[in-house]
Parts: sequence; C-alpha cells; structure tokens
Amino acid sequence: MLSYRKSAITALVLFLFAVTGTALVALTYEGTRERIAANERENLLRKLHLLIAPDRYDNNLFMDTLQARDEKLLGTPEPVMIYRARREGNPVALVMAPVAPDGYSGSIKLLVGINVDGTLTGVRVISHHETPGLGDGIDEERSDWIYLFNGKSLEYPPQQYWDVKRDGGIFDQLTGATITPRAIVKAVRKSLLYYRQHGDDLFAAGPESETPRGKQ
Amino acid sequence: MNDPSYSQILKDGLWNNNTGLVQLLGLCPLLAVTTSAINGLGMGLATTLTLVASSVIISMIRNVVRPEVRIPVFVLVIASVVTVIELGMNAWFHDLYKILGIFIPLIVTNCVIIGRAESFASKQRVDRAFLDGLAMGVGFLLVLVALGGLRELIGKGTLFAQANLMFGEAGKALTLTLLEDYRGFLLAILPPGAFLGLGLLIAGMNVINARRSRRAAATVLPVARAAET
Repeated sequence: MLSYRKSAITALVLFLFAVTGTALVALTYEGTRERIAANERENLLRKLHLLIAPDRYDNNLFMDTLQARDEKLLGTPEPVMIYRARREGNPVALVMAPVAPDGYSGSIKLLVGINVDGTLTGVRVISHHETPGLGDGIDEERSDWIYLFNGKSLEYPPQQYWDVKRDGGIFDQLTGATITPRAIVKAVRKSLLYYRQHGDDLFAAGPESETPRGKQ
Repeated sequence: MNDPSYSQILKDGLWNNNTGLVQLLGLCPLLAVTTSAINGLGMGLATTLTLVASSVIISMIRNVVRPEVRIPVFVLVIASVVTVIELGMNAWFHDLYKILGIFIPLIVTNCVIIGRAESFASKQRVDRAFLDGLAMGVGFLLVLVALGGLRELIGKGTLFAQANLMFGEAGKALTLTLLEDYRGFLLAILPPGAFLGLGLLIAGMNVINARRSRRAAATVLPVARAAET
C-alpha cells in the first residue's frame, strides 16, 4: 500500500504534468496566434480575389465591411461578413459569407461574390464536412462543379429553375450526391434574394466596424 | 524485459508487428482518410511525427512517473504534443494544415500512440523509443499510402491526385492518370471500400508470410510445413 507521502508525491507529479502540458499548449498558442491570424487573413484575401479580381477595385476590402444578420436568407443566426469592393468610390461588387445549413453532414460555409448588377462573380466553398469522393466535389480543388454559378443571376436562370436537375432545375448534381449541391444551390439563390432586397443599402451604408480580423 | 535490437525494432514496426496490418490499431483514421494516396501520406506523416515526439517524451519521463498515474500522464503528453503540432502546422505550414487540419485532432484518438507509450516507450531507453516511434509511424504511413493508393486507383483511376496540396505547384507533376476515360468505381472510395481494401492488404501480407515460412521450413525440415500452414 502506498503511504500518504508517496500518494502526495504521485499526485504532485500528475499535477506538474498537467501544469506543464497546459503551459506548453498556452505558450504555443500565444506564440503562433498572430502568425495563424495572418495566414488566415492572407488566405481569405486569396479567396476573395478568386471572386473579385484585384484590378477591379481600389479600396481595402478588409476595411470596407458590413455585418448582416438574416437567418432565413443567409442561413445562420450569426452575423455574416460582407466585403465591399469599390473603384474610385463607385460600387463594383461585394462578397458575402453565407452558410448553407442543410448539407449532407452539417453546414457548408460559402463565399458568394455578387456584381453590382446582381450577377454572380462566382461561388466558393470555404469549409464543409461532406463525404470524400462524393459531396466534396463542391470543392474547387476536387471538381469544376462550383463554376456552374459563374455569371448566373436571379433572372438567368429564372427563379423556378434554381434547383438541381433532379428537382427540375438547371444545376447538375454530383455523381452520388444530390443533397450537397441542392443545399448550395438553395443557399446561393437566397443570397441573391438577400442582395436583391438590400443591395443598394449594402453599398450605401458606411463601413460598419473594423473587426480585429479587418486590420491589415 | 530484454531489450530488442535496433534491427528488431525496425522489423517489428515496418512488418512483423505493423500497426495497420497486424496490430490493427488506429483503424478509425486508417479507414476514414485513405480515400487517396495523398490523404494517406499526410495523415501518415502527422501520425509519425506525433508518435516519435510522444515516444521520446514518455521515455524521458519514464522514471519520474509512478505506474498508478502513468495513463493520465501519457494522455496529457500525447494531447499536448498533438495540439502543439496542430498549432505549429497552422502557423508555419498553413497550406498543408488546410488539407490535414481536420485529421490532426483525430491523432489523439489513435490507440497506436498510447499503445506504444504503454507497451514500449515507458520501458525503454530514449534512443530505442525514438526508433520504435519512427518505425511504427513509417509502418503505419506505408499502409495508409498503400490503401489510399489502392482505393484511389480503383475508385478514380489516378494516383497522387492533388499532390499540389502538399508539395505546391511542383506536386502537380506527381499526379498519374493511369486509366484514361475511367468512369470511376465509387465503392472503392466509399467506406466499404476501405474495409475491403484493408482486408485485401492483410490477405496479401499473410500470403507473403506463409510463403516465406514455407520456404524457410522447406530448407530445414520439410515435415514442419503442414504445421506452419
């Protein structure tokens, strides 16, 4: 049987390991936090540039942001970031980050780029948990499916055709995956609806707030 | 416990006691991520790094920790190592992290790591623990790449697709399209394909082992053949 002294020492050793482990993780977290934030910002900018070519605007996308909240159309109760691109002060396009809440396994985070005239510059998937080999074809790296949205708008195709082909729309589904594309088509259509309802206000409102992420 | 030689440790890790094919530990990541050779490679590298780091640390502290609390201490060490690796990758290899990010926390749940900590590293010198971690990790990596390659080849007709995610633009040259105009065979990519593929790999290993021992037995004692098989 262990004596009290031995038990106490054992407990102390365990405690020390807990403290060391926590300290190590905390230090690493502190040491890498800025780099990680910078990486993410750069990554985000790269993604935004896929939707708005850098030569189309001259403002600072990270400074000219809005936060919109509309659970029905943007798919999340959280505020959604909107990045606005302008050239010599005139609105060019905006990128918003809505969520498709009804993916095959959880929400799919999107970036939707919309020109000032209401046509899509394009759509990209930022994060998803869809089935590898099936639903993950929505990822630009895995297939060209997401390019189907380029240039589309609520007028072309008309709203009743904003569906995957299986549901009578014009958008291809992916082999073996219908739920994932269906969720995205729906989310993009709703984003366009949101833009139709609020478009002018979205460009008119002043930069709302400079989030910590927005610093460049 | 008698101390195994370096070559014994290597042989055990890579073949005789292979994590993926013999111990059948860590099946969750093994089956889940091996939809392509590159995914397997990434997961294998991250697991190897974790195994080496945790084995070395646990071997270093083996005389400090009392047996009563060794399991919580191992868990603490492994969880800390994995978190530090995850943060480090996120900071310095961000592109790689974006691909493997979701798999990294999974490593904590891989029983191989705590298995080696408990059965090997906590009883052996640091150099042996290091080699064991490396051998077990590389053995696991090879199975992951083999299974990923097999499933990718049968499922999509390619090998090392999306190598650019790991190796940058130069990696695109690595991608081999072995079957042109291949329609794909979805079963191989889906979860059942993982079980079937792993079964085939284990069967293949058993065939090789049986053939080897038959050959060894044939040279020494022909009668032993029946007993061996």
